[in-house]
Amino acid sequence: MRFMMIVKATKDSEAGAMPSTELIEAMMRYNEELVNAGVLVAGDGLHPSSNAIRISYPEPGGKPKVIDGPFTEAKEMIAGFTMIEVKSREEAIEWALRMPDPHGFGEGQIELRQVFEAMDLTQDPELIAKEAALRERAERLKN
Amino acid sequence: MSASATHRTIDAIWRIESAKLIAGLARMLRDIGLAEDLAQDALVIALERWPDTGIPDNPGAWLMTTAKRRAIDLLRRNKLRDRKYEEVGREIHAYAEDDIVGALDGEIGDDLLRLIFTTCHPVLSQEARVALTLRLLAGLTTDEIARAFLVAESTIAQRIVRAKRTLNTAQVPFEMPVAHELKERLSTVLEVIYLLFNEGYAATSGGSWVRPLLCQEALRLGRMLAEIAPSEPEVHGLVALMEIQSSRFKTRVNAKGEPILLMDQNRALWDRLLIRRGLAALERARSLGRPLGPYALQAAIAACHAQARTAEETDWARIAALYEALARAMPSPIVELNRAVAISMAFGPLFGLQLVEELTSEPMLKDYHLLPSVRGDFLFKLGRFDEARSEFARAASLTRNERERDLLLKRVAECPISE
Repeated sequence: MRFMMIVKATKDSEAGAMPSTELIEAMMRYNEELVNAGVLVAGDGLHPSSNAIRISYPEPGGKPKVIDGPFTEAKEMIAGFTMIEVKSREEAIEWALRMPDPHGFGEGQIELRQVFEAMDLTQDPELIAKEAALRERAERLKN
Repeated sequence: MSASATHRTIDAIWRIESAKLIAGLARMLRDIGLAEDLAQDALVIALERWPDTGIPDNPGAWLMTTAKRRAIDLLRRNKLRDRKYEEVGREIHAYAEDDIVGALDGEIGDDLLRLIFTTCHPVLSQEARVALTLRLLAGLTTDEIARAFLVAESTIAQRIVRAKRTLNTAQVPFEMPVAHELKERLSTVLEVIYLLFNEGYAATSGGSWVRPLLCQEALRLGRMLAEIAPSEPEVHGLVALMEIQSSRFKTRVNAKGEPILLMDQNRALWDRLLIRRGLAALERARSLGRPLGPYALQAAIAACHAQARTAEETDWARIAALYEALARAMPSPIVELNRAVAISMAFGPLFGLQLVEELTSEPMLKDYHLLPSVRGDFLFKLGRFDEARSEFARAASLTRNERERDLLLKRVAECPISE
């Protein structure tokens, strides 16, 4: 099963402050550990929201509204993510607990979210196929 | 945390730490059977204590210290009977003064490599290699292994006990293979991983088309191996092959659970992330600057499919050329059969049929269902329906996979009856 470890943004990350050398080194060691264990699938850090764009649909059926960053409420934003592939929820938690505190100053926060995959839902080929058919329909609607 | 929640957490810790633990202990004890027993002992102690004391800050180091203490006790009881244990005893005591955490991180890659070379040792049968690798490297329980292979748990347990005994009797050292053996030994390891993957990807018998756990484990072992043996192009080749094949995992069955052939799959559903990882692994294999081996070539073929946005855009001429290179690197009638398919797609079914005719006398393909299946397809495309029908029927009678049989019988029915 796939999990996304989401590192929440803070005032510092939003201000574009670089993390300390110690933290960068600790993060690199941690990422290396994930790679060596064969569980890391993807991961990246994000720019602060000052160059972000938000698109919203305030009116149902209406035109989208495009707003440029920066945005307030750092806690509602994310600063980076790491995607891992593990056997269980507990394994995902265990790996997340091993991530260095991403910010310090009591502000560090990591959120774990499971990524939807047909294989997580079931090992029954019929149900997997149903899900595939559903997605196929969704894809067709998009095109 | 409730006791059962702690147990689940301990399972997860075991999964993360067990291979490193066993590999480190095996280096000290030079006996993987004993190493696993001691690691298991440490796990049992953790299961007894941690629900009360809480989980230690560095559970890996805790397990290692505990296992090592058990090792010292055991050696004392044996009163350092022989020279082997005398040496081992010295090493363990020397190790005691080291920083355990450091030791766990430092040479662990080499220890893991020695471990996988041992669990995939040529003195073992293929079945034994598979079971031992899943148990010691992937940290699966015998029950999980048994369920993945649809056999009784006792069968797997016995297989593992016998495998350890075989390694002991043959006095297989816990070492890296010597230089001139390395290539062959590495190919044995890759074979075990790919066998696991294929076992999961297309079950050879029974109703289930995919067994995800085995695929996931094979992929994880491959990714691990790519980090501990980064200078081996075939390791990256195998990883690339497995990543790209996994990207099609979800599109391989339809709503009825029947297989969907590659050309008919909905490419929008292919996992782009895994394809990207596969292409990167292939690039890593290429960048080592040596001729591509069989795994990397197969990955390159898989990459051609992955990069074609629609089935019609597939570069069949390039695929045919890659199959030709593959046939040279790894001569096999099955590769020839695949080459025939690529040639037919690139240059027309008549050319494919000519190649396939040459293969009909091949003893290795006598009962191989894909030969009549492919031949039937060429004949069908050439409008020779009577011949096509009997080929599809023959293919259906040869396959052991129920779903594949259904697909072939459907093709029988699709052949128009001539007047």
